[in-house]
Parts: sequence; C-alpha cells; structure tokens
Amino acid sequence: MDLFGVISQLVFLLVAVLTLAAGLATVLLRNVFHAALALVGTFFGVAAIYLMLEAEFLAIVQILVYVGAIAVLILFAVMLTRGMMQTEDSNINSQWAWAATAIGVLFVGLFILILQVPWKISGQPVVGDTTPALGTALLTTYLLPFEVVSVLLLATLIGAFIIARE
Amino acid sequence: MDIWTLITDPFVTIYNLLRSGIIGLLASLGVPPDWIALIVFLIMGIIVVTAILIVAPVMMMYMTWLERKLVARMQDRVGPNRVGPFGLLQPIADMIKFLTKEDIVPEGVDKPVHLLAPIVVVIPVILSFSVIQFGVGMGAVDLNLGLLFLLAMGSMATIGVFMAGFGSHNKFAMIGGMRAAAQIISYEIPQILSVVVVVLLAGSISLNGIIEKQSGLFGLGWYFFYLPVGPIAFFIFLLAATAEINRVPFDLPEAESELVAGYHTEYSGMKFGLFYLAEFLNTFIISAIAASLFFGGWQGPFVQQIPALGIAYFFGKTIILIGIQLWFRGSLPRIRVDQLMNFGWKRLVPATLALILFTAAFLWAYRVLNQFLTGLGG
Amino acid sequence: MLERYALIGLFAFAAITFPILPLVLAFLFRPKKPTRLKQSTYECGIEIQNEAPEAQSIWVQFRVQYYIYAILFVVFDIEVVFVYPWAVATNQMSLFWLLEMAVFILILVGALAYAWRKNLLEWV
Repeated sequence: MDLFGVISQLVFLLVAVLTLAAGLATVLLRNVFHAALALVGTFFGVAAIYLMLEAEFLAIVQILVYVGAIAVLILFAVMLTRGMMQTEDSNINSQWAWAATAIGVLFVGLFILILQVPWKISGQPVVGDTTPALGTALLTTYLLPFEVVSVLLLATLIGAFIIARE
Repeated sequence: MDIWTLITDPFVTIYNLLRSGIIGLLASLGVPPDWIALIVFLIMGIIVVTAILIVAPVMMMYMTWLERKLVARMQDRVGPNRVGPFGLLQPIADMIKFLTKEDIVPEGVDKPVHLLAPIVVVIPVILSFSVIQFGVGMGAVDLNLGLLFLLAMGSMATIGVFMAGFGSHNKFAMIGGMRAAAQIISYEIPQILSVVVVVLLAGSISLNGIIEKQSGLFGLGWYFFYLPVGPIAFFIFLLAATAEINRVPFDLPEAESELVAGYHTEYSGMKFGLFYLAEFLNTFIISAIAASLFFGGWQGPFVQQIPALGIAYFFGKTIILIGIQLWFRGSLPRIRVDQLMNFGWKRLVPATLALILFTAAFLWAYRVLNQFLTGLGG
Repeated sequence: MLERYALIGLFAFAAITFPILPLVLAFLFRPKKPTRLKQSTYECGIEIQNEAPEAQSIWVQFRVQYYIYAILFVVFDIEVVFVYPWAVATNQMSLFWLLEMAVFILILVGALAYAWRKNLLEWV
C-alpha cells in the first residue's frame, strides 16, 4: 500500500472511532442536552466520511442541513420539554436484554447483507465538479422525485403546524 | 527569476520559490516522491495556516479600534487616544487586559458546556478563513463549493450560541441564547437565498470562479452593477448577514436593557474575549463574502498586470463594507423582537424567492434573445 | 479534490487549537480568587426566586413559537440544497428549467402563506 493509502486509512479509522464514540455518547448520556450535542458530533463524523468518499456536495450539505438546521430543531425541541434536568432515571430498563438481542441480530443480518450485495464500483475517477451534474440529473432523470420533494416538504410543514397549534 | 514578478506578485512568487526549493532539497536527499508530496503539503500547509492565523487576530484587533474610533466620531466624541498615537496601541492593551482578568465561573453552570461554548463559537469562523480569496491566487483553498462551505460554517454558529445560553445556568443567558438561535435561523434563509442570485449570474459556486466572472469592464464588471438584481441582492445579503451575526440594529440577543448581555452574561476574562473575537471575525468574514460576491473581490483595474493590487482591492472593499456595518451601529436604534421576526419571514424570504425567479427568468430571456439575434445574423 | 480537503483538515486542527491557546495563556496569567458572592448567578443583584429544586432554578419553558420557526427553517434549508445544483446547471437553461424551479418554489411559498394565514408567524 502506498503512503496516500495508509494515511487515508488512518484518517478513516480516526473519523470512524470519533463518530462511533459520539454516537455512543448520544445514547448513553443522561442529560438530554449533552446527548443532543453528542449527536452534532456524529453529524460531523458522517460529513467527514462523505468527504472521504469524494462526495463533496453531500458532505457540505450534511453540515448545512444536519448541523445547521436539524440539530437546532432538536435543541429547540429539548428546550420545549419540562424537567429534562432530572437525570436520576437510568437509561437502562428491564428490557435491555431483549433490545440487545434484537440489535445484535439486526447487526449480523445487515453485515451479511452488505457483504453479499454485488456493489457497483466504477473504476473511473470522480469528475472535478459534481454539482452541475447533480443539477442536470435533478432536471432530467430525477424530475418527478424533485417536484415530489417540495410536496413532501409542504406536507411536513402543515403537519408540524397542526401539531404545534394543538 | 524575474524581479518584476517578485515586485508585482510578491506573496505567490515567494510561496512558489519556497515550494520548489523544498522539493529540490528533498529530491536531492533521495526522499521517495510520495514522502516529498506529504512533507511539502505539511510544510506549505502549516505556513499558509500560520499566516492566516496571524493576520486574522491582528485584523480583529484593529477592527475593534476602528469601531471605537468611528462610532466615537459619529457621536462627536474622540474615542481611544491615550495608548499610543491615535490610540493605535489600545487593542494591544485590551488584549493584555483580557489575559489578566479573572475567569469567574458561577456556581451551578454546566462546566464542560460552559467551557466548550466559546471554543465552538470560534472554530467555524477560523475555518471560514480557509476559503476566502485574499488576492490573485491567494486563497488557502479554492473549493468547488467554496460559497456553500462558507454558508455551512455560518450556520454552525447556532450550536455555540445554544451551548453558551444553556451552559451558563442563568435566565438571561438562556433567553438570550434562544432568541439568538431563533434570529440566526430566521435570517439564514434570506442570506443563503440572496447568494443564489450571484450563483445564477456566475453559474459557479466556487469563490474564485465567481470573482473571475466579474473581470469585465476593465475589472469593474461587479455583480453589484447588474441592475436591477445586483443591488437588491446585496442589500438583502447585508441585512440578513448583519442579523445573522447579531450586530446592530439586530443585536436583540444582547439587548442590555432587557437581557443584560444575552448569552454571554456569565462569561468573563478570556472566554468573553473569544466571543468578542468571534463576533468581529464574523463581521470580517461577512464583509469579505459581500466584497467577493458583489464587488469583485480582488478584481479591479490593472489587476492582470500587477497581481499585488488584488490584495489592496480586496482589503479596501472589505474594510469599506465593515465601515458600513459600523455606520449602522453608530446611527441605528435596536429593533423590536416581533418586528425582527415579522420582517424576516414575511418580507425578506418572499422577496428573495421572487428575486431568484426574476433573475432566472431574466437570464433565460437574455439567452433566448441572444439566440434569436444570432439566428437573424446567421 | 481530497488534497484540498486535506488542507481544510489541517485548518480544522488549527481552528481547534487557536481558541484553546489564549485560554491556556490566560489560565497562567490570571488571578484566581473565587468568593461566594462572585460566583453567584447574575440576577441583577437579587437572590434567585424560585420554588423548584436547585437544578431547575433557571429552567424556563419556552413557547412553541421557537419550534415553528425551526421547522420552517429546516424546510427552507432543504429547499436551498435543491436550489444550488439547479442554479449551476446553466447548460439546461430553458423555459422548462425556469418553470420547474418556479413550481418547486411556489409549492413552498404555499406553506409559508399557510403559516402566515393561520397567524403562526406572529411573534406574540
């Protein structure tokens, strides 16, 4: 393996470990606010992994939308709750064994699935600037999904408004 | 080496000389090529990063001086004039004071969050400096998505503000943090959308690409002059960006009459200094983005012949834009929170969306007309 | 492309060190004389008045208005994600290109108009 390969492997390992640590912290921290902040850390890790896959647009959008918007939404939702500072309750309840089994089975299943699927791998390098290509694809091949997205967003908004007004 | 190149374009020439020098030295020592690439990348990277990290705080320090001097003049006062000639050493005195002030951590604060908040606020601003193009070929990185990267960094500010508000264990900080977050997200949409107008005109998201497209008319083909969309987009951007970094007249989260000092009520010493640093560097970044998008960045007359002029053009434009924001501060009262939210969602967002569609329609009509006319000619 | 982002990574490393450095410096220089009064929560000189237990003393339950703004923000942020590739796909420029984005934006403006009509944008 050449030097570049070694370095990118090392960076990937570092990013993966940090992402997993942040993910674990999200689940295990008792303070909801701290958990939400750990989730922001996970979002960053995912953005870094997108970057290493040379998906530039996706990585920056991940930061713009997830860190900039979704995280804020979650933090606002935390602020709407009452008494989240009471952290005496444990995160683990009596059904943890069942949950652990289910998760273990799911993990093994997914792992086997990922190994079995014949992934399409293109030998060609990534084109320099992917964004215009993305735009073209949105306007031609994926025209219908593109318009459906806006309807979906509209439905989300109206649903959220109705719930918010009670 | 040509002495003329060294004079007209000193920084890039020295950079290239250094780079080729290191490559030559390493090659003569028999270092394998991929190791050379790595070492050169690290050395040159560290040089560039250090240069920017020295320029940024100095810039910030003299922005505080400029602000105090300018606002004082507007209000018929003298401003700092004791420390050094014209008070020019005042920022250094301030820095020493920040370093020697006691750091008061009130009881009941969420210690890790309280400590991390000022750090989290500073990180995205410093990262923003990596894609700013300071002159011809003088940006640390020129990303294909440079502009989007800058906007993403801007959107990260909310997290730090939230942490400061929540971690301080103080009602004023909490309410200030929430208000700041609500304000930032409300004005981020018009800010991002007003930039789309420039992206449409330039057909590029790369900062350098956008600047290069403005080279027409003897280096004055700036998008600000693309009537009528240019000036409108610029004013929307300036308004929304000023609101996003919580500066006057949109400094409601720090409204001292109702919220003491907003989310940094419980911060003192160097931690407060970091919030201050982030605020000023944000002002610089906003002005630098506006200068690059609407006023051609380093573009200007004779910049092709003498690239060093580009740096002067860029900083000149940026400082004038900073001056405009300081002028706001010197002359405008703070607006009310309901006015702020209403203005953002009911006026700015629809107006910006309409502006984007208008620009697109205009570009399309122009293209159709152009094809029609060339068809007639042929 | 990755080389450019490697430099961004270097920058990120520097950006994390940059704010920590002055904090460490200040830690070495500053006086440390905490007193009870100094460390009390800032409350305009009066004692904190509350019935709730200590941990919740500053807890303010916020209005749902904040959440509505946040939802609106998320939706429009996602819209922006679609607008940017559209704006640079100038090789596709045609009446169709224009109308497609017009439809996309108008549907979302419908959502904004709905919120406006139902007085959800009002800051009360």
